[in-house]
Amino acid sequence: MAHAYTPGLRVTKETDIVKSRILPLKGKVLKKVGDLVNRNDIVAETNLPGNVSIINVVNQLGITAKEIEEFMLKKPGDPVEKGEVIAETKSYFKFLRTRVLAPSTGSIESISDVTGQVLMREPPLPVNIKAFIDGKVQSVIENEGVEVETIATYIQGIFGIGGETSGELVFLAATPQEVLDPKKINDSLAGKVVVGGSFASSEAIKAAIKHKLAGLIVGGIRDADLRDLLGYDLGVAITGHEDLGITVLLTEGFGEIAIAERTFRTLKEREGEIASISGATQIRAGVIRPEIIIPYKAGHVVQRLTHVEEELGMQVGDQIRVIRKPYFGRIGTVKSLPSGLQVVESETKVRVLEVEFADGVTAIIPRANIELIEE
Amino acid sequence: MKPEDINVIIATDCGSTTTKAILIEKVGNEYRQTFRGEAPTTVEAPFEDVTKGVLNSIQEIEELSGRKILDGETIIKPAQDKDGKKVGVDVYISTSSAGGGLQMMVAGAVKSMTGESAQRAALGAGAIVMDVLASNDKRLPHQKIERIRQLRPDMILLSGGTDGGTITHVVELAQYIAAADPKPRLGIGYRLPILYAGNVDAREQIKEVLEEKMDLVIAENIRPSLEKENLFPARQKIQDLFMEHVMQQAPGYKKLMEMTDTAIMPTPGAVGEIMRTIANQYNITVIGVDIGGATTDVFSVFGEIFNRTVSANLGMSYSISNVLAEATLPNIMRWIDIDMDEDDLRDRIKNKMIRPTTIPQSLAELKVEQALCREALRLSFEQHKLLAVGLKGVQRVRSISDVFDQSDSGGSHIDLMKLDLLVGSGGVLSHAPRRQQSMLMMIDAFQPQGVTQIAVDSIFMMPHLGVLAKVNPKAATEVFIKDCLIKIGTCIAPVGAAKIGEKILDYKVTLPGGKIVNESLKFGEMILHPLELGVEVEIELTPTKSFDVGGGRGKVVQTKCEGGVVGLVLDGRGRPISLPKDENERKQKIREWNSVLRIYPEK
Repeated sequence: MAHAYTPGLRVTKETDIVKSRILPLKGKVLKKVGDLVNRNDIVAETNLPGNVSIINVVNQLGITAKEIEEFMLKKPGDPVEKGEVIAETKSYFKFLRTRVLAPSTGSIESISDVTGQVLMREPPLPVNIKAFIDGKVQSVIENEGVEVETIATYIQGIFGIGGETSGELVFLAATPQEVLDPKKINDSLAGKVVVGGSFASSEAIKAAIKHKLAGLIVGGIRDADLRDLLGYDLGVAITGHEDLGITVLLTEGFGEIAIAERTFRTLKEREGEIASISGATQIRAGVIRPEIIIPYKAGHVVQRLTHVEEELGMQVGDQIRVIRKPYFGRIGTVKSLPSGLQVVESETKVRVLEVEFADGVTAIIPRANIELIEE
Repeated sequence: MKPEDINVIIATDCGSTTTKAILIEKVGNEYRQTFRGEAPTTVEAPFEDVTKGVLNSIQEIEELSGRKILDGETIIKPAQDKDGKKVGVDVYISTSSAGGGLQMMVAGAVKSMTGESAQRAALGAGAIVMDVLASNDKRLPHQKIERIRQLRPDMILLSGGTDGGTITHVVELAQYIAAADPKPRLGIGYRLPILYAGNVDAREQIKEVLEEKMDLVIAENIRPSLEKENLFPARQKIQDLFMEHVMQQAPGYKKLMEMTDTAIMPTPGAVGEIMRTIANQYNITVIGVDIGGATTDVFSVFGEIFNRTVSANLGMSYSISNVLAEATLPNIMRWIDIDMDEDDLRDRIKNKMIRPTTIPQSLAELKVEQALCREALRLSFEQHKLLAVGLKGVQRVRSISDVFDQSDSGGSHIDLMKLDLLVGSGGVLSHAPRRQQSMLMMIDAFQPQGVTQIAVDSIFMMPHLGVLAKVNPKAATEVFIKDCLIKIGTCIAPVGAAKIGEKILDYKVTLPGGKIVNESLKFGEMILHPLELGVEVEIELTPTKSFDVGGGRGKVVQTKCEGGVVGLVLDGRGRPISLPKDENERKQKIREWNSVLRIYPEK
């Protein structure tokens, strides 16, 4: 029997966070070790090779591929302006010459006497990487990027859509159970990261996009609404590149599920501060969960630092949350941890645990179907 | 070391999440798999060294078997007895799919010809094909270049043109690739390997275009003529490049390569190897399926023809939402006898996707998961059938008798009536609470015809046995038959259609003691005859005139068939399986079949 691994999402009030900020291609690093950076500072930049366009010169001139060089006015590497003549047929009379014009500004990449095509490359596209969080450059990876370190409140979500963004943390829900009311969303929330309680309807998310909120943090949304919003059925959990104009982060899952009490409380303590959030989720080898990082201001006195790497085993008395039906979303305490395998209703033989819920009811649940609520 | 001198073998498979080790020992005159160990794979931070997980899994075997295999971080070789204690192994072999396996982009001049051949070459070598680029794929040149640039493959296979034919198209593709200058997925600083296996006459031009920018390797043309496909040399080169380039970038693989006695194979490549070995050895046709969390692999061996396909986004956890998206809800619900609200079902499926390690606790959840499995298998098999076809574009000389034969070039190699063995692998099939469930899931998804034996891989050791087949085929086949396969039973399915309740087959089973069972099967009916594992019986099948069990319509078939943990299943649902259109009737039928085959517990 495989070891039942219990995924626990991190909810820590104060922790030491190091974020790698790496370019997709090698380039230039703009910051050095020890530099203080703001979340919007560019830390590294590079140029992606420009787009390529293809010009079928031989077809346009009515010549054979072998003859192409004779008719070319430019050679590989030459810069060209949009509309400039790059090749033409020979004729004594100028008006009888057939000409090939450059479709864009750039340079000649190659001329082929096999295919008769000329490849033109547009100017390079600049790409840069921002710091994403307020902090200090801890290390520099030569030509690739930096690692930024900060002391922050750190919360992992279960699923998100949309990329990195940041803004002031604002609450629209008084309790973790409250469903987000679309009517409360208005222009005063533009650019902010809003905490919305147990559920956001399609209407609420659309209002959030309309009023240009930077981010939305809720317990759950419905899959049917997600499909409606994206315009397609999300088949594989690799997200972060959606272009909705907002980042939505779910702390619990799909359906209406109250934000875990501790997550809500931890966020509430940081209300009004700047939160950096990312919806990027990847649930495959090398799991990436969406995250909320709320750095403390420089000079913050650390009270109780929790290291993210700390692993806690499950013990009687621990708080857990059930993550699959029939008790999905309920929070309880571990009452006992029977060691042998047990048969559950589906006849699956699994390792189980006994849970006691707040109302005193107990249940037997596969260990794979719970997660620890970690301190 | 000669194959016959090998007595003790340790084999590992480094998967993306777990590394599985098995110990194979010669017991008396035969090879048996004796112990297994498992440990988390350690490719990612904080370990970033695959060998740590390998050593941990081997250590578990040491503890269970009492054999001392490791001396620190070294595997002790050869196997020996020291002071009455067993020490060491003779050979260590490994497969790997860690870090997402081998991801390739392939390119060919014509999509349905060299494009398809290139795809078959890459898939057969164990790769996931990210995209197939072709001169006639209807994308504009700049769209092609953009696409190549977006993908970050581990390797590219470029083919195109028959030897002596035109070189324009393949050179053009090479120019697009050069212009896109794609970067490898792993390792920011190394040159992307590109394998050229196209028209020999274009080699010089290809070198000119690509050699400076990429790591160009040349292999024999995969399509030397329209009538001939030559995939083996390219597949071999792909596996070499996988070892020399791609694996070198993965953390700890250099060390692992030094530890193994033979090249590390990509996991699916190894599974294909064992399927082929078995099919050859027993002269049978085989279809195998491995359904994982993210992907589903289908393998088929019909005669000399081996095919493999990967459905990259059909699986039971990470890709489960995609099964819903591609199969659509009505197709999933048709296998279930209970009602469920669509929105609720969608949320349940998404919650499984984001929490992939959870287990169905209630019976309703199990039924939903198994319905999704049927659809994932069905869709993967459909994709397989599309690729497992004969060569297209072949000019055939037709005689007058062929005029009435409408089969075109590019016909399918898959003939379910000729299928001897269907093997399933992957958690949902190997670990279903009841074997009956695995059997019915495979019957519903693949719809085997005539007489077909059905089995599952007990503990997923097919990859290990695939590499072993290269070192010692005898050991590999012995262990495969004795320890790897769990024979579930045999399915007998007449092909045809009739009215519900109409008789479609008379059958006579002669049991080992001489006892004879004489019964008949009606349309829309399923029958289970328990028949123990290892028992072989003679059967005589007499279909009615519009039904076929392998001999043609109405023709009697006499054959032998083997029992299994479930037994003999007679499937009278016709082919394709017909389900009642009326909702209540359908649910009633599903309940009836489930009850006859004892699929689920009954209250």
